Amino acid sequence: MTFRKYLVLGGVTLFAALGDSLLSHGMKEVGCISLPHWSSILTAVLNPWVGLGIAFLLFFFVSYTTALSWADLTYVLPASSLGYVLLAVIARFWLHEQITPMRWIGILLISAGVGFVTQGPALTADSRAPRFKESEAALPGTRQ
Amino acid sequence: MKHAYTWGAIAMVVLASTAGDILLAHAMKRVGDVGELWRQTCLWTVATRILRTPSFLLGVLMMAVGFYSLLFALSWADVSLVGPASASLTFVANAAAAKFFLHERVDHRRWTAALFVAAGVALLAA
Repeated sequence: MTFRKYLVLGGVTLFAALGDSLLSHGMKEVGCISLPHWSSILTAVLNPWVGLGIAFLLFFFVSYTTALSWADLTYVLPASSLGYVLLAVIARFWLHEQITPMRWIGILLISAGVGFVTQGPALTADSRAPRFKESEAALPGTRQ
Repeated sequence: MKHAYTWGAIAMVVLASTAGDILLAHAMKRVGDVGELWRQTCLWTVATRILRTPSFLLGVLMMAVGFYSLLFALSWADVSLVGPASASLTFVANAAAAKFFLHERVDHRRWTAALFVAAGVALLAA
């Protein structure tokens, strides 16, 4: 694992938590959307917080798929679940929500799970899918 | 009856999300290390290679199905049930599916991590 790869995993964690928080904040400003007026969900993206939240979730998707290109799914998912902890911290200090003792236990369990999985290798030998052949790898525009 | 709808929708969320994650992971393993590819070629070529992988597109579609199933589940039941139930079960289902479909070596360390995170998410959203 290189520093760049840890940075990508950090991006997965950070962008998911920020994206969800911004969406939550924006949707509270937009208000309840009832089923008969479902089309107002389309205009909800015009709210700057919702728009910013969607942008962060796009960054999350890019980092997530990048991480999956060099690490196992069973490594990426627990390793990036610190986002749930970050979300709880944001909820406590930005959205002023209460964190119950049960939630603190949950945070401890997630942190322990992250600790367990990051001790091991990111990619196991069996999971290496057949890569493109050398001829396929030489794509047009490839820098030689 | 409402109970059955709720758990049916939760099962759909778990199935679709797990299928989406597995397909995306499969697609990205076929594409190869994006960082290395980017060094060798331009970003547009890497993006084209990803978007031309059928399992990637299918994975995105399954994730969309999972998202809409979540919206349906939320219209029938409280977020305090739907959120933790679907997230925790997806973690465990992903570990099993990754072992079976992607042939990842899910050892006791990864099982423990998946179960700890699943339990943690359930408590966090409780």
